[in-house]
Amino acid sequence: MMTSSTQHPDRIRISGGRVIDPANNLDAVLDVFVADGNIAAVGTPPDGFIADHEIDASGRIVCPGLVDLCARTREPGQEHKATIASESLAAASGGITTLCCPPDTYPVVETPADIELIRLRAEAAGKARVVTLGALTRGLDGEYLSEMAALKKAGCVGVSNALRPLANTQVLRRALEYAATFDLTVFLYADDHWLSANGCAHEGKVATRMGLPGIPQAAETAAIARDLALVEQTGVRAHFCRLSTARAAHMVARAQFDGLPVTADVAIPYLYLTEIDIREFDSNCHVIPPLRTTEDRQRLRDAVQRGIFSAICSDHQPHDPDAKLRPFPSTEPGISGLDTLLPLGLRLVDEQVMKLGELIHRLTAGPARILGLPGGTLAVGSAADICIFDPELTWLLDPSTIKSHGHNTPFMGWELKGRATHTLLAGRLVHTL
Amino acid sequence: MSTASLQLDAHGRLKHFLSIEGLNNQLLIDILDTAESFAGVTEQTVKKVPLLRGKTIVNLFFEASTRTRTTFELAAKRLSADVLNINITQSSAVKGETLLDTLRNLEAMHVDMFVVRHTDSGAAHFIANHAAPHVSVINAGDGRHAHPTQALLDIFTIRRVKGPDFGRLRVAIVGDILHSRVARSQIHALNLLNTGDIRIVAPKTLVPAYAESLGVHVYHDLEAGIEAADVIIMLRLQRERMQGALLPSEHEYYELFGVTEEKLAVASPDVTIMHPGPINRGVEMDSEVADGSHSVILEQVTHGIAVRMAVMSMAMHHQKKVTQ
Repeated sequence: MMTSSTQHPDRIRISGGRVIDPANNLDAVLDVFVADGNIAAVGTPPDGFIADHEIDASGRIVCPGLVDLCARTREPGQEHKATIASESLAAASGGITTLCCPPDTYPVVETPADIELIRLRAEAAGKARVVTLGALTRGLDGEYLSEMAALKKAGCVGVSNALRPLANTQVLRRALEYAATFDLTVFLYADDHWLSANGCAHEGKVATRMGLPGIPQAAETAAIARDLALVEQTGVRAHFCRLSTARAAHMVARAQFDGLPVTADVAIPYLYLTEIDIREFDSNCHVIPPLRTTEDRQRLRDAVQRGIFSAICSDHQPHDPDAKLRPFPSTEPGISGLDTLLPLGLRLVDEQVMKLGELIHRLTAGPARILGLPGGTLAVGSAADICIFDPELTWLLDPSTIKSHGHNTPFMGWELKGRATHTLLAGRLVHTL
Repeated sequence: MSTASLQLDAHGRLKHFLSIEGLNNQLLIDILDTAESFAGVTEQTVKKVPLLRGKTIVNLFFEASTRTRTTFELAAKRLSADVLNINITQSSAVKGETLLDTLRNLEAMHVDMFVVRHTDSGAAHFIANHAAPHVSVINAGDGRHAHPTQALLDIFTIRRVKGPDFGRLRVAIVGDILHSRVARSQIHALNLLNTGDIRIVAPKTLVPAYAESLGVHVYHDLEAGIEAADVIIMLRLQRERMQGALLPSEHEYYELFGVTEEKLAVASPDVTIMHPGPINRGVEMDSEVADGSHSVILEQVTHGIAVRMAVMSMAMHHQKKVTQ
């Protein structure tokens, strides 16, 4: 996609910015040179380079375009919530150049045609790369394997059953084995369906007080224990999506120490919000897995810093207003997150949870590696997917500034610091502030 | 918006009545005192006062109820209000109208107050948040969250029988605490009145996580839990709970947690037995206890009318202030 050399012959010089490229251990004030959609050089211009266009990045950070491991565009099937076009625009304005979509669209992503449709829509929108996970089981029904070889050939970056349960452990084992046959990474959502059924809040003090059906920590940890045993059995490469508990982070760390091929991520709201935020029945804080305790939040932050979680994603789930205009348990879970991924990430640096280079790694090279994509780097020759942001720019997230069609975020009204001023996709400027 | 600021006006008076949480001790006592004055009315031959004449109250019930709806209706009628009962079962939801649309349509008919029961925790809060400013919302039970008028009528009954000093009382709540909005509201009310010892008694499957954080002592043995109790509140055990993995059988539950005259021997000699109804005789308690001299179960029902009159008139009093 976006082989832009003919459409976008611009030679761009990005001058005077602080270039942070964790994949190449680079953090220095340097110029970046873009030609034919690719990174032509960093530091010294290539011989004979004459810029058609110069971006003054002084006082700004220049880093690889962000790679978001989990973003729902709602297309196909729920275009009343959002579309590939609307959400890739929101991504671009948030400095995100690659979105990875889970397969639970309507219809689910289970054939090469489904992948093709998404690719064509994304290309037409032209604002971000949109890659997809394929269904692990047919129709995500949890019973019959999907045609994974065909999915891989069509370009899916992994397989997943999204939030849907597998019928039984044997199906899961066979699905993992089959995926391993084709060297596909399996993206697992750690949930024991029987333990979490009907729940809408962390089973703890707040849910007890509010009378909300709870989801115990064990719904996550029991599933991870089972899944890790099967990873060991099958040798599949597994990625645990959006973990929510301290105990889960510990289990993944232990498995990594033991040499199992497992990675994991966390969604950024879980690094800020806790069960306390659902008090007063704030449906914008209704998320699955549920927001856990303050202790869990602290341990999740530690796990990101230490690299046990090598990616932070937005877990973007845009909704139409009606989806949240119901009593808390009946609302649709999820937070719209593309607009806030970068500024909330930068807040972690401000709060000294991690260094800026570590944060950018978790937003670029970390997730790119999990997806097996060549992006997330400013290495010479790679596609010029670049995010330039002003780390000091403060702005208010409100209905006039949010770009996603989904306004469902508990961060609405927050003053945020740090904003993308320019986003380049394959050397083409897709966003300027 | 916090519950306190949602259900109280700037002067700390009731605007909606959504939960016991968010009330202060004085307001709770004011409601009980007001209810006491209405208890006289319900005992007169002409059982009506004109306080809410010309007002329209809608009982909006998304979940089946006989006792609660009836006593709310009687309370409203005794306050001379016009009452409309709307029962919206699950099948109406299938028709596609959202809760908010239902609300807007009723508001268009110039309703002054909604009395709401809903299966979702937080439903009354949701409606109060979205209702027009002149409309009051009374929670008649939302999911597992709160049933504040039931708790108030229980407290009212205890106060009548035991006097106003809750500090010397030991109250045991027995049964399905996990799923009970009644228990949650009772516990908050008892804590607000500084009750000496609040206990909950149930097998672990029917006790919510971190129950102690509600301000109670947890017992899994009936006789230990009701030892020296001044008040025992039994909770209804829903039949459907018997079919899940929560309890093996009605028989075993009755054996272990059913209250009998014999087991009552460990309680205080003048123990008061309460139940929000409807009772499963031979499950939560035997008939001897339900109909015995310690039981105030029917008084609870009677008091329910006075308490609901108090809450409705107080919330509507606020409303008069808004319109003036």
